Amino acid sequence: MRYIDGFRSGAAAAAISEEIRAIALALEEKGASPRIMEVCGSHTMSIGRYGIRRIMPCNVSLLSGPGCPVCVTDAAYIDAAVELARRGVVIATFGDMLKVPGSTSTLADARSQGARVHVCYSPLEAVKLAGDHPGDEVVFLGIGFETTVAPVISIVKRASEGEVRNISVLTAFKLVPPALEALAADSRVAVNGFLLPAHVSAVIGSDAYRGFVDAHRLPSVIAGFEPLDILLGIKGLLQQLADGSARLENQYTRVVRPGGNPLALALMEKYLQPADASWRGIGTIPESGLELKEEYSGYDGGKRHGVATTGGNPDPRCRCGEVLRGILLPGECPLMGRECTPAFPVGPCMVSSEGSCAAHYRYSR
Amino acid sequence: MKHSEKVLLGHGGGGRLSRDLIAEEIVTRFADGGPLQGLPDGALLDSPGEAIVFSTDSFVVSPLEFPGGDIGCLAVHGTVNDLAVSGAVPLWLSLALIIEEGLEMALLRRILDSVKRASMEAGVQVVTGDTKVVARGQCDGLYINTAGIGRKIESFQLGVERIRRGDMVIASGTLGDHGMAVMAAREGLSIGGTLRSDTAPVHRLAARAAEWADAVKFMRDPTRGGLASVLGEIVQEGSFGIELIEGAIPYDQGARAVSEMLGIDLMHVACEGRMILICSPDAAPGIVSAWREMPNGAGAAVIGEVTGEARRLILNTDIGGRRLVDIPQGELLPRIC
Repeated sequence: MRYIDGFRSGAAAAAISEEIRAIALALEEKGASPRIMEVCGSHTMSIGRYGIRRIMPCNVSLLSGPGCPVCVTDAAYIDAAVELARRGVVIATFGDMLKVPGSTSTLADARSQGARVHVCYSPLEAVKLAGDHPGDEVVFLGIGFETTVAPVISIVKRASEGEVRNISVLTAFKLVPPALEALAADSRVAVNGFLLPAHVSAVIGSDAYRGFVDAHRLPSVIAGFEPLDILLGIKGLLQQLADGSARLENQYTRVVRPGGNPLALALMEKYLQPADASWRGIGTIPESGLELKEEYSGYDGGKRHGVATTGGNPDPRCRCGEVLRGILLPGECPLMGRECTPAFPVGPCMVSSEGSCAAHYRYSR
Repeated sequence: MKHSEKVLLGHGGGGRLSRDLIAEEIVTRFADGGPLQGLPDGALLDSPGEAIVFSTDSFVVSPLEFPGGDIGCLAVHGTVNDLAVSGAVPLWLSLALIIEEGLEMALLRRILDSVKRASMEAGVQVVTGDTKVVARGQCDGLYINTAGIGRKIESFQLGVERIRRGDMVIASGTLGDHGMAVMAAREGLSIGGTLRSDTAPVHRLAARAAEWADAVKFMRDPTRGGLASVLGEIVQEGSFGIELIEGAIPYDQGARAVSEMLGIDLMHVACEGRMILICSPDAAPGIVSAWREMPNGAGAAVIGEVTGEARRLILNTDIGGRRLVDIPQGELLPRIC
């Protein structure tokens, strides 16, 4: 804990906050009101947990992008998982997925009606579950960004090597760089700089963003999850805006390398290929997902059990799509804290502990 | 007669085995010249002649033994503490055991010894009880219920409605140790530290605070849901808010390490031997320094202040930020007490 304390020092935070105020003031004199977006759910939660919005000068806005894997998961995907559960397939999932509303139901509803939905802390628990129940089919819900892809796909590795036969993965993996492209291309988003994710970057490496930053000329800083990491990241972005530059900076060098994590990347390369992916409330973004390669498609839970993960009819009142792009702030949603609460969520941003609406409900109302 | 080293269904059947178990394992430990003599259906108690406080609690912690305690002492402390924060001196406990068939007799003995030790330390007597044995799979080893009776300390006039802007919030020690110690034991997390459950009786802290009885408005032991639930609940009831200072809240380094690993906010985590007290500002320094002289209050500190901002529970963070403190949704950590 002593190690972590260094990244939470009040004195250091006060000094960086002072620098942030000075740069923001210089920007204000030029008439600039920078809009900074984080695209990682752990950043969303850290900003809430440490009260960082309250430190920001009034001309600096912090927006939350589509960084929570649960939040960007399509209603149709939930529908497919619920359908599988009702057919008697054993569903293995991270706990955050239980309460996400599909078109008409949640996995928690299905479980209360007798479906077997098993919450796992690690994908390897699902392999063990399959081994312990050889007569059942187990489907692991493979959602998440680059951070979780390699651990989840180790299920396919183990299954294809013969460890267990009765397991497959319902894939809805998402990739961060194509999402950044889509956000930068959307005129309504109007972001001036991106706080880039910590652990995703540890996997894909800082070099993975070079093409994006060069093409869009947007200041971008990779930052860790501790409060000083975030403050330094914000300071770096504001400094670039003040200087009129647009570079890729890596504030999180203690973890993120230019080439990323070669083991994880090799595992992804071996089993997966790029695919178009549907983002809840946003729509399809080309090549923003990953699917199992043809030779491993027998472990694709959707193909194996004949369920589709496209379509779906989420609650039409839900405005998570706008929230996920920073077009609507969580506090501006008319459902916030009224029809939509963590106990009774209307949309996915309120469900996940990393969702921007859940963070707003917990920390900022 | 040869004794089984495991609890059998027959031990709960009401026959000879039951009588042997109760006579040999229970009565021998708790009779001690007190009201528990033989096996009557109820205890005859001398009225303390004043207002009494009555409370009950059930304990289902898993694992049964954890660093710093076990379900036995926890069952004593839980009810003793409920009485203490209600402003009472705990006097008598009942002890009801629901045992799963097959429980190791040696483990049961250790836990009963722990009940005895904890009740002696707390100065309470176990005066009546019950033992049931259920078939394998119908409970997880052992569940315990205790109920307790205490004598009301007349000088305390506790009431949330008496809380005023400017009152001080005091914690008696590091928060969240119990929940994190149990979770670490259950998840097999080895953090190499000295993290232990804080399970302990708090009635002596309450009795000490009675010296400032007029100034004390609220006492609560922050069990499930932790500090956030205790304070979140009372700001909902009143016309006031509370502001906490993150850097002033005492935490154990080991508990912090486990909470970081599990992604849990320590303000949401249960204690079993701590007290949160709200008093008028003039009494706060005296209570804190009195508690700090006591073994169970060495870490006592003022952690926040009552504000006029109704229903707002705010945390001022170490890095100079401010945020709401939320009440945990549902059951954060199942079966920690």
